[in-house]
Amino acid sequence: MTERVDDRVSDDRSPADPAVLAGAESFARSWATAVIGSSYVPMTRAEVARHLQNLTELLVEALFASPFRTAPGYEIGSRLVDAHFTGTDTLGRTIQLLGDDLLAELGVAGDERLRSRLAALQGALSAGYARALRERTLAEQEAIRAAVLDARDQAEAMLRASEARFRAMFTEAAIGIGIADIDGRILDVNQALQDMLGFSVEEMRQYNVRDLMHPEDAGSVWRLYDQLIAGECDHYRAEKRFHRADGEQVWTHLTLSLVRDDHGEPQYQVAMIEDVTDRHLLQNRLRYQALHDPLTGLPNRALFLERLARVFNNRAKHVRAGLCYLDLDGFKVINDSLGHDTGDQLLVEVGRRLDHSVSGQGKLVARMGGDEFVILVEGSSGEQDIVDVADRVLTELEAPIRIAGHELSISASIGIVERQLSGTTSADLMRDADITLYWAKADGKARWALYDPERNAREVARFTLSATMPRALERGEFYVEYQPLVRLADSKVTGVEALVRWQHPEFGRLAPDRFIELAEETGLIVPLGRWVLRKACEEARRWLVEFGDAAPFVSVNLAVRQSRDPELVRDVKRILDECALPPHHLQLELTESAIMGTADEPLEALRALCDMGVRIAIDDFGTGYSNLAYLKHLPVHELKIAGSFMEGLRAENEEDPVDSQIVATLVQLAHALSLGVTAEGVETPAQAARLLRLGCDTGQGWFFARPGPPENVDSLLRGDL
Amino acid sequence: MVERPNWAPGDIDLERPSVARVYDYWLGGAHNFAADRAVAEKTLETMPEIRGVVLNHRAFLRRAVRHLLGQGVRQFLDLGSGIPTVGNVHEIAQAADPGARVVYVDIDPVAVAHSRSLLGGNDQVSVLQADVRDWRRVLGSAEVGEQLDFDEPVGVLMIALLHFVSDEEDPRGVIAGYRDRLAPGSFLALSHAGYDESDVESTASVEARKIYDRGVTRMTFRNRAEFTRLFDGFELVEPGVARVPAWRPESVDDVEEAGRSFPGFAAVGRKA
Repeated sequence: MTERVDDRVSDDRSPADPAVLAGAESFARSWATAVIGSSYVPMTRAEVARHLQNLTELLVEALFASPFRTAPGYEIGSRLVDAHFTGTDTLGRTIQLLGDDLLAELGVAGDERLRSRLAALQGALSAGYARALRERTLAEQEAIRAAVLDARDQAEAMLRASEARFRAMFTEAAIGIGIADIDGRILDVNQALQDMLGFSVEEMRQYNVRDLMHPEDAGSVWRLYDQLIAGECDHYRAEKRFHRADGEQVWTHLTLSLVRDDHGEPQYQVAMIEDVTDRHLLQNRLRYQALHDPLTGLPNRALFLERLARVFNNRAKHVRAGLCYLDLDGFKVINDSLGHDTGDQLLVEVGRRLDHSVSGQGKLVARMGGDEFVILVEGSSGEQDIVDVADRVLTELEAPIRIAGHELSISASIGIVERQLSGTTSADLMRDADITLYWAKADGKARWALYDPERNAREVARFTLSATMPRALERGEFYVEYQPLVRLADSKVTGVEALVRWQHPEFGRLAPDRFIELAEETGLIVPLGRWVLRKACEEARRWLVEFGDAAPFVSVNLAVRQSRDPELVRDVKRILDECALPPHHLQLELTESAIMGTADEPLEALRALCDMGVRIAIDDFGTGYSNLAYLKHLPVHELKIAGSFMEGLRAENEEDPVDSQIVATLVQLAHALSLGVTAEGVETPAQAARLLRLGCDTGQGWFFARPGPPENVDSLLRGDL
Repeated sequence: MVERPNWAPGDIDLERPSVARVYDYWLGGAHNFAADRAVAEKTLETMPEIRGVVLNHRAFLRRAVRHLLGQGVRQFLDLGSGIPTVGNVHEIAQAADPGARVVYVDIDPVAVAHSRSLLGGNDQVSVLQADVRDWRRVLGSAEVGEQLDFDEPVGVLMIALLHFVSDEEDPRGVIAGYRDRLAPGSFLALSHAGYDESDVESTASVEARKIYDRGVTRMTFRNRAEFTRLFDGFELVEPGVARVPAWRPESVDDVEEAGRSFPGFAAVGRKA
């Protein structure tokens, strides 16, 4: 860096000399080749060459300058670094190239003075390069360190910001968050959790997580907790209740997560707790609403069936249970006459009384709908338990109920079923209770009935019969037998009673007492009766054709319902017409109650039939309640005395004076009214003889003939027997 | 870093070499630390030509930017920009047009901090710290949004970058993410380490790669065909895919010096 001034300048060469210029250009090219690739410079090869050409020219100028100065060498070194010729090899190659080639390229290789000047310039260039590189390196190191500090500052600022965000998230979260160490010591809880449980963070820190155990916690909650603490699971969710500071309870959804340290060891536990108390209460309310009757507040059908199903699910051997199936008597009348509002209030009061009279463990009162209630008694010891309950209920309902100024007296019918649960189902129990309730109603209401399997079997059979009867009529399973009516005076057959029979494919031959009542209930009696009438009339017509004046009339039973059928007269007339049977060959038998208990219309039908010439007989006379005064105004031709009065006349050697007197009186009565008398159930010769003596006109019974096919009557008429 | 949320700063560990600083050292810079230099020197021992390799990638950047400037591009997105040394994109671009805009993106927070301090006051240049693979975040960043107008052509630069993105990380998907945002007439400039199928990689090179893989970050070399496929949706400009020094060389000497077997390819594609 010292400047040396040397006045002895060569004058045979100068920087402007064309040979020198060409030499400088050539050197610059070699220089470029030597240093390109030693470090990155943002220049093209040509730009590098131009750059070095400039530096070479500067160098050559300095070499020949007068006075000679080393400063340009220093500058060249510095400019190399500025152009980023900073690679480790750049300087070495440059210095070497200068020493080896420059003077030769310039054509002044032998000039000692220039050689020495060049050496001085090399030194200055090295010094300038070194100083610039040192400065650049220091500056870059400074810059990169500053960048590191900046980056760290920024990273820390971001960390602080993110921490602040997390803190805000923790603090402001609407969900409760708590953090505890792995031993369960609570470290921090957020505001939401403090509010939820009513404890301050300081109070919470006194607690261990295990202190938050609630007696209603599911076992899995704490089992999973132990697994989590042991590091066996990383998180779990649970429903959990907590005690609040004020003693209230909080229902929550809890999510507990395990936080591990860098080595994977459990370090913290984080609980996220959501208050679902409102939802829980709503669910409870919805469930309550779904399972309770809104009117009476009693459990509804759904809850009752659920409970019943549970009883059956949990049943042990020999466990028993009972049901009272209750229905108010005549509720519809109250509802219709006093209005639904009154009806509803009545149901509320009935519900209250039921609930009041039936209480205790294992008993459930439910409203099944309408005015039906049911009482379930679990673990009963026998029928008497349930009967006691039913009695209590009926007593409780006896007191009149005051509603809106009305004093309502009500009663109820109850079906009771009580049995051991094994071997039966809830559906059986329900069905049997329902059937039994129907019996209680049928038996006169305001009472309980106890389920009776035999009665049920009978009813099932009845039901089966009534259900199969319409098809039986279509299939011709019915047929008619005839029993002669014999004039006692000369033993001549004057009439025959038509008796319907049912050849049942399953139950065999059935007598009318097995199915007539059913047919009356179902209404099938009308078509059945019409069929029997036609059959009998056809037979009577045949006898008329065959036996002329000796032909018997047919006596056909008319059921109550038939007697009230508005089509009766027309039906009879049409059948008589179609069979071409004179009306006096037909007798219709009605029971006392059918005739006496009737209103005007059927009576008019009977008069019309009577006027037509059809005979009318009163069947089973003496067993009902006849209005004797009324009897004389009735269009009746014949009285048939019930077979039960024949018992006392049966024996050959002695007779019951009472029966005998009754029969005598009935005969006299009939004759006084100009009516014929037929005695039913004549089974012995003694009876026949006595009846004749008492003045009875006609006899019917086994003594004369059993009911049989029409051919038997043919034989009798022909005198074959 | 990919898994780390954007707001979580990475550790700034000077004991761990960084790609950007190792490159800087090879390019003759002093923006580096002992750990960076140790790896750089160790690689140089087994593969002295590495300096020439990185220098050539850097030279390709210069040539590519100048070419795009000639095509009228005035906006640049330099992905994986590293430590700014000399001849940075904005220097080249703003020398041609002072209005040119550049966004630098790098994952290295130190490189980014350095870039920012170097660029203080140049409000047509922004620096974003991001993982370039996360193109949604890059394209959605405030830096890109403020600086670049995607209705106009943009030059996307990925210089010596994608060999750090393995196939599992779906480099083509990453490129597609950027490509779909670009206006027609935009460009993609790529340079990438790799060999042709016929090349025989020297044992020294394999050794050097091992050192690099272990010391800095894993590399994925791609052959010419694999490299070409990265330009899905772009039309390659002349001369198509070339060895890095042979892509539009500025003088014949450049090509000769680098030789025919330079371990890397370069190309520029134009979005139609």
